[in-house]
Amino acid sequence: MPLTSDPPLSKAPERARTDAPEAALEIVPVRHPGRWIASALTAVLLAQFAHGLVTNPGWEWPVFAQYFTAETILRAVGTTLQLTVYGTALGFLLGLVLAFMRLSDSPFLRAVAVGYIWIFRAVPLIVQLLFWFNLAYLYKRLDIGIPFGPGFVSFDTAGLVGAMSAAVLGLALHQAAYAAEIVRGGVLAVDSGQTQAAAALGIPRLRQLRRIVLPQAMRSILPNAANEVISLFKGTSIVSVMAIGELFYQAQVIYGRNGRVVPLLMVATVWYVLLTGALSVLQHYIERHFAKGATR
Amino acid sequence: MSAGTVTTPMVEIKSVTKSFGPVEVLRGIDLTVRTGEVTVVLGPSGSGKSTLLRTINHLEKVDGGQVSVDGSLVGYRRSGDKLYELREREILKQRTGIGFVFQNFHLFPHLTVLENITEAPVSALKRSKAEAAETARRLLTRVGLAEKAGAYPRQLSGGQQQRVAIARALALEPKLLLFDEPTSALDPELVGEVLDVIKDLAHQGTTMIVVTHEIGFAREVADTVVFMDEGRIVEQGPPSQVLDAPRHERTKSFLSKVI
Repeated sequence: MPLTSDPPLSKAPERARTDAPEAALEIVPVRHPGRWIASALTAVLLAQFAHGLVTNPGWEWPVFAQYFTAETILRAVGTTLQLTVYGTALGFLLGLVLAFMRLSDSPFLRAVAVGYIWIFRAVPLIVQLLFWFNLAYLYKRLDIGIPFGPGFVSFDTAGLVGAMSAAVLGLALHQAAYAAEIVRGGVLAVDSGQTQAAAALGIPRLRQLRRIVLPQAMRSILPNAANEVISLFKGTSIVSVMAIGELFYQAQVIYGRNGRVVPLLMVATVWYVLLTGALSVLQHYIERHFAKGATR
Repeated sequence: MSAGTVTTPMVEIKSVTKSFGPVEVLRGIDLTVRTGEVTVVLGPSGSGKSTLLRTINHLEKVDGGQVSVDGSLVGYRRSGDKLYELREREILKQRTGIGFVFQNFHLFPHLTVLENITEAPVSALKRSKAEAAETARRLLTRVGLAEKAGAYPRQLSGGQQQRVAIARALALEPKLLLFDEPTSALDPELVGEVLDVIKDLAHQGTTMIVVTHEIGFAREVADTVVFMDEGRIVEQGPPSQVLDAPRHERTKSFLSKVI
């Protein structure tokens, strides 16, 4: 289109009427002065912050460097990862079962799932963890046998539910309530035509779920699930109340001994940040896998 | 097509009724479809034709009456004068003998075209993967999409997707094919390619029931045309009768609007 209508009258009106061929007209992109000013201000603030990190002796970077890869800290990172992996795996497994209970046709199973989700979302994680830690006080022995009848095998509760398994149990049961809702949301987001088509083809029920419904549900489950895993990962720091040697507890122990609070908090912080970054990268690849056949 | 010979009925529908809440969708349907015949069901929206089709493979449970396919009751087992509802597993098994093609294709978007077709033969009929893949490739050639085996459904046009859906239904070697408005979701210029595939199947003697608005297709392919309105069959007969010399006012007024 030629620029015929209302050429700017102020400057060089004659230039608008030159006979340059239309293909040769230069395109001048719109300028964004506000964006430049905001960027400059942000850069100044960032520089100030970085300067503070480097020059303020309170950060005690040599102490940070000394402890960042210390063996006790590395072992604590391992414990934190262990808690996260077990908590996530058990939590999502139970969550999957709860989600399908809530989606089932049985009013009883539905009610049990709703009740579970209600209770375990209501009880603060730290309260729940302390309950599990004190399980031996409630039940001295655990028996495997006929319900309400005689037992075959018997365990000493205090020996069986050690601090570590109490923590995993607490984290997993807590996680399951959230996981159930995330899985249910994902399943509901799959077009009902998909299950109809699968049913019309006579595909067995479990296979329908595993092969047709869940892979499609994964697309909406994954972003939420990644949030949950990351929040569980950081949530493991709550387990420090049970004197388990995870990352935050270990950092506390060390600064309790040497008084270097800030650098040791930084040790824990940087590990949390790095590992969360790794989880986000992993999330990206898993999401890409489940996006097969999708246009967006 | 089967003039003169005595054929056993493939589908027998007896006084079937069905309501969705207060709405009576089917008000006593009787219909017989003979083996090897093509039945086309016409009727305005909301006349119950899709619901009727869905009762034949038990995607929709009937409230009253019975449906049998190839001599066996759909969804129930008769013992004495009682009807026992079948378990889901048995219903799924029955459905493998009845192909169903949906208006909106309902291909599995996360599986390739080939995987869409091999899924049911492998999981429901316990065929080997290699055997199922071979059948799938043969069927894809038959619907003219041999080169699309590795594509995902969203990379195909609507007409191509529906042809894949037809191949998917055929992979179970069903004795009966049901089509629920197979061309209604397609752009006008893509309707022909899908109808050609269905016509081809009809000429090979596949028993099928087709719910559609394509009058020309009905005239060309149908052995029997059924016209439904408000949950009842208004009239049925060969296309020459129902389409060219309808006896009922309702049929006449419907045809005058769609032709």
